[in-house]
Amino acid sequence: MSATGRRPVPRFGHGSRVPGWDEAVDLTKDPATVPDPATTPVPPGLRETIEAAMAKYPDRRSAAIPALHAAQEVYGWCSPQAIDEVAAVMQLTPAYLTSVATFYDMFSTVPKPRNDVYVCTNISCSLLGADEFFAAMVAAAEGDPDVSVRSFECLGACDIAPMASVNGEYVGPLDLDDAPRIVEDLRAGRAVLEHKQLRYRRCADPEVAEEETDFGPPDRDATEMTDTAGLGPEGDTEDRPGPTAAIEMTDDQLAEHPEPDAHTDQDKHPAGEGPEEAE
Amino acid sequence: MKILFDRIDEPGLNTLAVYERRGGYEALRKALLEMTPEEVLSNLMDSGIRGRGGAGFQMGRKISFLPHGDMDKYLVCNADESEPGTFKDRELMQKSPHMLIEGIIIAAYAGEISRSFIYIRGEYDHQADILEAAIAEAQEAGYLGERILGSDHSLSLVLHRGAGAYICGEETGLLDSLEGKRGNPRLKPPFPAIEGLYHGPTLINNVETLSTVPAIIRMGGTKYAELGVQTSTGTKLVSVSGDVQKPGNYEIELGIPSREIIYGLAGGPQEGHEVKFWFPGGSSSPVLTKDDLDLPYDFDSMAKAGSMLGSGAIIVVDDTHTVLEVALKVAKFYAHESCGKCVPCREGTNWTVKMLERIQSGEATPMDLDIMASVQEQIIGNCLCVLGDAMAMPIGSMVEKFRSELEDEIEAARERAGGAELDDVIPIGVADEHAGPYPVH
Repeated sequence: MSATGRRPVPRFGHGSRVPGWDEAVDLTKDPATVPDPATTPVPPGLRETIEAAMAKYPDRRSAAIPALHAAQEVYGWCSPQAIDEVAAVMQLTPAYLTSVATFYDMFSTVPKPRNDVYVCTNISCSLLGADEFFAAMVAAAEGDPDVSVRSFECLGACDIAPMASVNGEYVGPLDLDDAPRIVEDLRAGRAVLEHKQLRYRRCADPEVAEEETDFGPPDRDATEMTDTAGLGPEGDTEDRPGPTAAIEMTDDQLAEHPEPDAHTDQDKHPAGEGPEEAE
Repeated sequence: MKILFDRIDEPGLNTLAVYERRGGYEALRKALLEMTPEEVLSNLMDSGIRGRGGAGFQMGRKISFLPHGDMDKYLVCNADESEPGTFKDRELMQKSPHMLIEGIIIAAYAGEISRSFIYIRGEYDHQADILEAAIAEAQEAGYLGERILGSDHSLSLVLHRGAGAYICGEETGLLDSLEGKRGNPRLKPPFPAIEGLYHGPTLINNVETLSTVPAIIRMGGTKYAELGVQTSTGTKLVSVSGDVQKPGNYEIELGIPSREIIYGLAGGPQEGHEVKFWFPGGSSSPVLTKDDLDLPYDFDSMAKAGSMLGSGAIIVVDDTHTVLEVALKVAKFYAHESCGKCVPCREGTNWTVKMLERIQSGEATPMDLDIMASVQEQIIGNCLCVLGDAMAMPIGSMVEKFRSELEDEIEAARERAGGAELDDVIPIGVADEHAGPYPVH
């Protein structure tokens, strides 16, 4: 993702530039201090999430990653404003949080589209054609402002290679025709490639099935696939990393947060269309 | 014999009701109410179970290193499964999360630990949701919290989602990440058992290791040790992927022939092709060739063959792929994931990528292979953690075992690129400012 055109340089509240943007850090400015909670408004939903996370650990800093996940959910990316707000709640410097946000692949310190497609291009997947699929996926999503496609390191699903993670949902094995289908499903707001989702996949070990006798084996003919966990896709969108579940903000808060993405970040996620055939 | 995968596809196994109906949490009851922590520990010692995450260190001994006394001790379950080729923990957590939770509670009891964490990689969103629900259920039922089942043992369990970094699977990198920092590995010693999370003694174990604990308590340590072979006891989940017909997770008894896994269970490569080489334990294990297929699959046999069992992830590469393309994938991965703290790893991984790309673009000479091998040697053992080694070992083994193929590739690429004849290259060691493996144009 490259910054195109002339965007205003994002700055922390007190004026210094956000490192990792398209210009070097401004060394003439002092580093940002811990934001004053009194003057840094934070959406209540976000504040509660972060405070609940902090309460779980002996050291509040441990909540940095959960807090950044939550902020990224609200703003779509770890914007300077998002980082300022997390810093205000956690009483840490924005620089500290930026150092964390830039280390991990799932955080973005530049604006990104709302849908994430991670295509695994590691060894097992690439042996089975992941690089070709990645190219097809990039082509299919080209020009769509809502879909970000990136190649990702091993996602831990080599049994369905080549595979991709679409907003956290693992799908595979993929062939080249699936690339446009993924984009279509995302645009239509429905479950992505439902028949290829990992959650329905049975264990490969043949002896596992034979020993299912005690409680009656699931009817293999009726259900080619089965969601053994019974957690439909609608059940777990809320805490998924990524801008899929917007934390509700009131109009007042929206006015205080002139974030361009805030309005488009409403929950358009395919809720309630979960697969029912799993019984 | 299925221990971990016993009827794993049963619908609803992720819920407490089904797990309990199948005898779940009975081992916990037995451990907490009938056994002392020492007895639990001695069962784990007797079982001989070795860590399933990669290093293969005996779990019981790890617990025995924890200091005794009244202090904050921590248990961290490493669910940051990011070694390329490994996907066993994913299936375990998704389908049988309570087995892991039960194992954590028992292991914590053995180590007299009162706070525990599961560090799950951020990409495992579905699995994290399932675990979160399971933890809430266990809490509700009184398996977690204060004075579990009326015993003196108390334990809190927090699920922590990572955010995408391979290095956080390394135990000290994981601890830093759990403390809310960048996931940089720490200097060892002190080892985590003495000084780990929040400077307290910390026991770190893999998902599969901890999930096996209830079975060990149920069966008894010595009974469990009868499975497998002498120094590699028990069953192991192997994740088979790559060029095989039936990729997936299989539970095997350690010590069965590797051929049995690759051809018997996973179906081998597609018709008309054969295994060229394979990674026996994830992408960081040195590769083995088709001549090694009859080796028993256990910790010591793999080590004797110059490789390692690692996380039990077998990646099979068949004869349709070149060594170069696989080597480049491996090297690029580690170059991307190097945290940059130690120079040999940060520079070594990047130089290896550049050298492999030179081969591809037709600029390399056979001498590059020597340089590449020496770069690998200079990485191994010279860094805080083993990420650099994890690239150096497979790349080194590929250069060693497939040198002639790489040399042919160098020739072919040079011809494709219309590059200079080899005679035009000034060999290394010639005292000249141009000395080096660079063609003179």
